[in-house]
Formats: sequence, C-alpha cells, structure tokens
Amino acid sequence: MDMKVSKKKLGLKEKYQHMTRGLGWETTYQSMDEVFPYAKYEGIKIHDWDKWEDPFRLTMDAYWKYQAEKERKLYAIIDAYAQNNGHLSVTDARYINAIKLFLNGISPLEYMAHRGFAHAGRQFPGVGPRVACLMQSLDEIRHAQTQIHSLSNYNKYYNGFHEYRHMLERVWYLSVPRSFFDDAYTAGPFEFMVAIGFSFEYVLTNLLFVPFVSGAAYNGDMGTMTFGFSAQSDEARHMTLGLEVIKFILEQDPDNLPIVQQWIDKWTWRGYRVLTLVGMMMDYMLPKRIMSWKEAWEVYFEENGGALFKDLARYGIRPPKWLDQIEQDKDHISHQAWATFYNYAAACNFHTWIPTDDELDWLSQKYPNSFDKYYRPRLEHWREEAKKGNRFYNKTLPMLCQTCQIPMIFTEPGDPTQICYREVDYKDNKYHFCSDGCKEIFEHEPEKYIQAWLPVHQIYQGNCFNEGVDPTAEGFDPLAAVLDYYHLNFGRDNLDFDGSEDQKNFEAWRGMATKNT
Amino acid sequence: MHIDLRTVSIKPQRQTFDHIARRIGPDKAATRYQEGTLDVQATHNFHYRPTWAPEYEIFDASRSAIRMADWYAFKDPRQFYYGAYTLARAKQQETAESNFDFVEGRGLAETLPEELRDTVLKLLLPLRHVAWGGNMNGAFITAYGYGTALTQPCLFHSMDQLGIAQYITRVGLLLGDDVDVLDEAKTSWMEGEAWQGLRRYVEDSFVLKDPLELFVAQMVALDGLLYPLVYETIIDDVLASKGGTPIAMLTQFMTDWYAETRKWVDATVKTAAAESPENKALLEKWIAHWRDRAASALMPVAQIALGAQADALTSELVGQFNARLAKAGVTL
Repeated sequence: MDMKVSKKKLGLKEKYQHMTRGLGWETTYQSMDEVFPYAKYEGIKIHDWDKWEDPFRLTMDAYWKYQAEKERKLYAIIDAYAQNNGHLSVTDARYINAIKLFLNGISPLEYMAHRGFAHAGRQFPGVGPRVACLMQSLDEIRHAQTQIHSLSNYNKYYNGFHEYRHMLERVWYLSVPRSFFDDAYTAGPFEFMVAIGFSFEYVLTNLLFVPFVSGAAYNGDMGTMTFGFSAQSDEARHMTLGLEVIKFILEQDPDNLPIVQQWIDKWTWRGYRVLTLVGMMMDYMLPKRIMSWKEAWEVYFEENGGALFKDLARYGIRPPKWLDQIEQDKDHISHQAWATFYNYAAACNFHTWIPTDDELDWLSQKYPNSFDKYYRPRLEHWREEAKKGNRFYNKTLPMLCQTCQIPMIFTEPGDPTQICYREVDYKDNKYHFCSDGCKEIFEHEPEKYIQAWLPVHQIYQGNCFNEGVDPTAEGFDPLAAVLDYYHLNFGRDNLDFDGSEDQKNFEAWRGMATKNT
Repeated sequence: MHIDLRTVSIKPQRQTFDHIARRIGPDKAATRYQEGTLDVQATHNFHYRPTWAPEYEIFDASRSAIRMADWYAFKDPRQFYYGAYTLARAKQQETAESNFDFVEGRGLAETLPEELRDTVLKLLLPLRHVAWGGNMNGAFITAYGYGTALTQPCLFHSMDQLGIAQYITRVGLLLGDDVDVLDEAKTSWMEGEAWQGLRRYVEDSFVLKDPLELFVAQMVALDGLLYPLVYETIIDDVLASKGGTPIAMLTQFMTDWYAETRKWVDATVKTAAAESPENKALLEKWIAHWRDRAASALMPVAQIALGAQADALTSELVGQFNARLAKAGVTL
C-alpha cells in the first residue's frame, strides 16, 4: 500500500479564503453588471475585490456554535428575570421610560439594519464583504428579536410599549430615528456601509449602546443589561467590518475620497442629531446616572473618535464637518430636548417629569456653563406651575427640520438664547432646517429630502386621522384625533410621570414584593 | 411530592404587544416566534424611495406578481426566530463535527475505493458554487421580499447555504490530496460541459427580480430536485452501497437540513397557492418552468455518478417532486 503524503496544513487565513471567496465566480451567462446592478451608480471605484481583508474569520458552523451558546444563556436570564418580577428591582419606575424610548426608537432600527445588510450582502460584487454583511444581517435580526423578547415582559406591566411598531410609523418624535435609517437604507450599498457600518456602528455606537446598557446595569435592569452584554461580541465584529469598509474603499481609488468624506460628514451629523435622544435619556431619564451626555461625548467622540480620525488622516480623511458646533452644543442639547418632551408630553408614549432637587444639582454640577443660567430656572418655573395645578402641556405643533425631523429647538452656535433657523427655496417651496449641517445635507440631495414624511406637515394635511374621522365636524378635537391615529391611550401612555398609572402600579407592586401588608 | 414554590404574583396589564394581540387574540400569551416575526417589518409612511430603485417603496409588495391580502399568512412550521434557528443549527453542526471527527480519526477517507472517491470529488465539489448561488438568492429575498414571515426564513436559508458550501469545501479538503481539488472543481464549474446547464440556471436565477419567482427557482425547484438527487439518492443510496458510507456521514448535515427545510418550503407554497386562483396559476407556471430547467440541468450532473441510470432515477425524482407539490396544492 502506498503511504499517503501528508497534506499541506492550511493556515487559518487561507482556509477561510477557501471557505468564502473561493466560492464566488465571474458570471458569464449573465453579465456581472446585471447580477450586481447597484455596484457602480454611486461613483465608487473598486478595481480589485480580492484586496478586501476579511475583518473576522468565522465559518458558519463556528457561528452557529458560538451564537447558540450565547442565546442559551441570554434566554435563561430573560426567563428568570421575568419569573422573578425583575422589573420591580429597577431603581424607580421613571427608569422604565428610558427603555420605552429604546424599544420604540432603537429596536426597529435593528430590524432595518438586518434588511439593509441583506441588501448590501446581496449587492457587493466581492465575496468577502458579502459574507461579512450577511453575517451582520443575521446578527441584526438577533438584536431586534432579543430586544423585543426582553422588553416584552415590561410591556405586560407598563404602558407605552404596547404599540411600538404602529407608533414607529406615525408618532412625531419617532420619525427622527426612523428617517435616519430610511435615509441610509435608500442610499446605495456603499453609502449604506459608510453610514451604518462605519459612522454609526464604529464611530457613534459607544454613544448609543453604552449609555443604554450601562444605564440598565446602573438601574437594576438585568434583562436589558443582559441583551446588551450578549450583543457586545457581535458589535465587536460589526465595528471591525465598518472600519475595513472605509479602508478598503479608500485604498481602491483616490477618486473615492471626496465621496466618502461627504458621507462621513453627512452621517456623523445625522447620527449626532439622533443621539440627542440618547443625551436626553442620560441626563434626565436614568434615576441612577452613569455620566453626563457631555462627558460621554468627550470620552467616546472627542477622545476615541479623535484618535480614529488621526489614523484615517493618511487616507486624506479629515474629521467630520460641524464638530465646532457640536463642541458648543454639548452643553445644551440634552436640556433643550428634555424641555421639548416635557412640553409635548401629551402627544408622547413615555412620561416626562421635572428632576428632583438633587438631580437638578447634579445637572448644575455637570453643566456649569449652561444649566443654572439657561435651563434650571425654566424647570423650576414649570415645577412651581405644576404644583399650582398648571402642569404645562403644549398643544400647538412645532416646526420640524426637513432633514433630521427634530423640532426646531436647537439654538444658534454661540447664542443659546436664539433659536437657530435656516431655510432653502427649492422648486416653489421653502424648506426649514435646524442647522447648517442639516441644510447642507438637504442641498446635496434635495430630491431625496423633499420626500420626507414630516409628522407635523402630515397632521396639517389631514393624513393623521383615522378613517371616517371628519375634521370639519363641530367640536372636532385635532389632538385627540391624532392620538387615536397613534393608538396612544390618553392618560395611560402619556402625560407627566407624576400621577401616572405606571408610577402607582410600580409602587403598589413593589410594596407587595417587599412588605407584608 | 409536589413543592409549591411561589413568587409574588401580579396581574399583567396585557399579554403581548397590540399588533400581536390583534392577530392572535388579546388574552393569549404570544410565542417568541410570533413576537419576533409578526408585523416586525415597517409597512407605512416610508420617508424616501430607494435611490437604487425609485419605482418602489423601501418595502414593497408589488415587487412580486404574487398577491397576498396578508403577508403574515406565511408561517414557518419550524417557528424559527433567531434563537430557535441557531440552537437547531448548533445541534446539527455538533453532529456534523463528530461525523467529520469519526471519518478523519479512523482514516476512513483513505479506505474509500479510488473510483468512488473520484466520483465524489467530481460530483460534490462544484456544488459548493451552487450552494453559494443559493446564499445569494436567499439574501435577495431577504432584502426585497415583503413581510418578516417570508424574509426571515430566507436569511436562515441563505446562511444555511453558505454553511453547506463550507461543509462541501471541507469534504473536498478531506478527500482531496491538496487544495487543488477545489481549483479543479471550479474549473469544471466554469468550463466543464456537465456543469454548464446548471451554471446557466444559477446565473439566470441571479437576475430574477420577483422575490417569489426566485423562491420558486431556488427553494422549490433547484433545492427540491438537487437535494433528493445528490444527497438522498446518489450519496445515501447508490454510493453508500458501494462502500461510500463515510461520505454519507460527511453530508448528513445536508440530508437533515433538506428534510427539515422542505417543510417550510411546502408550507410557503401552500399558503401562496391557497390565497387565490391567480396565485395558484402563476405558481404552477413558474414551478413547471423551473422544474423542467432544473431537471435538465441536473441530468449531466447525475450522470457523473449514475451513468446510464441517471435518466430513470431523475424521472423518478421529478415524479416525486410533482407528488410533493400536489400536496402543497399545486398541480403540475
């Protein structure tokens, strides 16, 4: 019998290449342009897809094995948390509003990411990036579902969670995160990767995920904390993918640089605007604070992001535009946002409140340049009014920014007493913007942004009433009709935390769990 | 002895989310499959149209000629959401791993008759490219299909196909002397006469635009003939009887996968066909078309292992395919 010559041992990298990019081929019965029709229209030039460096090397069998192990642990904890009424161990019931914001505003984006990465994972002509994108698509549906499953238990006991899918497409403030993702999804596959893979997952993710997950950990919410921790190793893969995408595109052709730079400018600004909601959550909605929004921005963007952009400078990339404005804004935006939600608490599916005295002191200490001067007196005034029975609810509708869709609440750079307005005339219409950033983004692609489904405009156009409602009928109450359209239960989902059903129930249930009365 | 363990019991305000309750009734607890699937995809008030396909909304049912009053009429009988899916596959990969260990550890690959080993390499290895095509097609339906009930299992299918391509690659690396066998298989795939019909089929499927027609071309017709032919008939029956049982062990994942996945495919076809006579007629047209193309594309591939028997066995499989689809309400 012949002795078999022992086979050459394959290195990990080589083996992974056979397991992935060795699978693809240049099609001939159908042209590559027909098979990958969206690969060129954005103007990105790719000469050699084989130059792609796989950011991680995970074959499917290993993926199933690791992920199943994580799922097993995660669902065991979710089940135990539900069975033990873990929701009663959170710091106080105000905290639950932070996770309402998460389920309503963030979880649906995870689902959109899943579909978006499937799109990118089908459309790139290179096998390496396609595999990486599809794996991320699979991870993203995991994140959407683990979040829905974890928060499902809160929905059983608390208001504001019950119609998150319906409200996503209708409620005014939810058009902010939703339009952000619709914007990325409708861009070409390369822009999508720069928008979500790089700008969001790499540059800004620490400002989204860390505050919510650490917030959960700080506030006794083990259910939310656990899905966050469990998602962490997925996120690490997503971050390396985001970075590889940028480097790969930039290394392929010098003509790609200005296109990518414009996308980085745009998506950092778009992402930063969405993060206003997170900033507000950190400064106002967590009974046990982790750090202020301003501190988070300094650590996670100015320090970490600064290092990243230094690293990218060798490709000719400069830091995103408008950072000087963000630098000034960090003293203000969380307070401006909370004031807005406090105003519009009647049309919102989570509760707002005036911070307690020591919370106000914490804010004064964290924001020495702005809080006592501009924001504390207003909050104290509202508190006084509420005590007199005049809790202020704003019933008019705000003007929205055409790009980020946030009400025009932000102030002029350098003057926190003056609201910032920008406008553009385009094809017989006037469009309004909250900032130079949003204005410039519009001007670059007006045909896209004029399509925006702006909740306030839609209400005024009569598109936000249920079928059969007659706005000309006598005694017609537009706000009530819009809230019906939102499926918002008046008096349960909305209004001030003080006196809310959530507050009363939590107190009663916690009493049952800790006392013998 | 029964021990009555207690926790403080508080009455829930509701059993599940309202969009789930509207479908299953207000007083029922929802399953994780239901909460993770039903109505999860956005349907209304999209902000912008895709710059790459402005004729459509972001998610647009009109991408398919199949019409459904409710796209959540589709149900995955496996009830796969991500967690259930990965747990099921993790178990299968454990079996696959111990099968590979068994075959490798005992040097069973070396005991295969030379001719049989060559047949396996010739037949199986180019199929890694077919599986890769399956991965692309699953991704397409995930991206452009309508409703999570349909798109979610298509991503699982897509990743399964990638896994299958990788298992085939491992078989090649185990049986072959070198990685050259992969290159040779790719050359066959690109140039070998036996493979051109199948490659044309796969490439033609890449340019289909209707997600449901693609579902028919990939999940119904191609998978529906290829898996019974290659894994159930050739490997598990014909080659096993010639001393090829180790190969059957190495491809057990594919056999088990197909037995499980076809239940979902059948349920999907059945639901779409039962919706309307128009759907049924369209599905019949598509399935007959892609079945015939798949059967003739697979014929020369079958001949690699079956020689003169290929014709008769393939016709038999087409008969079984027709009977299977008849149960799903499609008359071929």
